[in-house]
Amino acid sequence: MTDTNHKMNCEEFQSQLPELIGTGERISDHPHLQSCELCSAFVAELEAIAEAARQLFPIVEPPDELWEHIEMAIQKEQNSAGQSGRPM
Amino acid sequence: MTSSRLETPPPDHNPSATSRIATPIENTSNSGDFKSAGVSNATEAETLALAQTGDHYAFAQLYSLHKRRIYSLCLRMVGNVAEAEDLTQEAFLQLHRKIATFRGDSAFSTWLHRLAINVVLMRLRRKGLSLISLDEAMEPAPEERPGRSFGAPDLNLTGSIDRLALERAIANLPAGYRLIFVLHDIEGYEHNEIATMLDCSIGNSKSQLHKARLKLRDALRTYPRQEARR
Ligand SMILES: [Zn+2]
Repeated sequence: MTDTNHKMNCEEFQSQLPELIGTGERISDHPHLQSCELCSAFVAELEAIAEAARQLFPIVEPPDELWEHIEMAIQKEQNSAGQSGRPM
Repeated sequence: MTSSRLETPPPDHNPSATSRIATPIENTSNSGDFKSAGVSNATEAETLALAQTGDHYAFAQLYSLHKRRIYSLCLRMVGNVAEAEDLTQEAFLQLHRKIATFRGDSAFSTWLHRLAINVVLMRLRRKGLSLISLDEAMEPAPEERPGRSFGAPDLNLTGSIDRLALERAIANLPAGYRLIFVLHDIEGYEHNEIATMLDCSIGNSKSQLHKARLKLRDALRTYPRQEARR
């Protein structure tokens, strides 16, 4: 079974990944990655995906008319709550 | 009823200054862009306090301060413009209802973010969109085992990820996966925060995130193949 040793380690490592990713520690410092190109590349890919996703969604502006809709909805709610909606 | 419309200047517009109800907001001349200056904190706090008393103008100011972040958040979570607008509206409606209950235990923006996320979650749940399998997630289906994606850096993903393919892949994620992916990887929430918001375990949040990433990786790997097949 010595042959599968490396593989086992990879599988072990990869099964621990969800846990590792959540800790905020640098995964690249993990001992397994020091010696395993396969897993290094794998982790790099996952990180590249996350990074690309961050860039994929910039902060965007809602349409101007949205505020009018919100105002109307607020007004409606205030009216039905029996208030006048009169600004103070 | 002609005067029934709330007298509020559109956010982001300079209220023709002084004729407005006197508010202590000094830098309205700087339309909506209060974020940077140090003054801004005091100003937002004042605006907030006013809005909590029911001042509609102050509420409009809050809207213009936070609309981008909230709208963008909704858009990321649901991946659909019309729905994101609707959810943003709902979030600010809720804010209007609840703003008086804000106690300042956390930053207002954090509180508002949570509120908006809850609005999105409620909508997704009502639509029956499986917030998944937050339980099933603990025992991955056979074809979803980590081993499936094991090995193989055959992607050359790093460096050259196709934006469109990624967009598509994220849009195609099951709603629950996307939520956690967006909250953690894009919005930067910690797993314990996500677990609280989604009412799941931290372990669940972690495993969901990982599975979301694996799914994205798979998707990015299969799109080019499908195209090549034609
Ligand atoms: Zn390995």
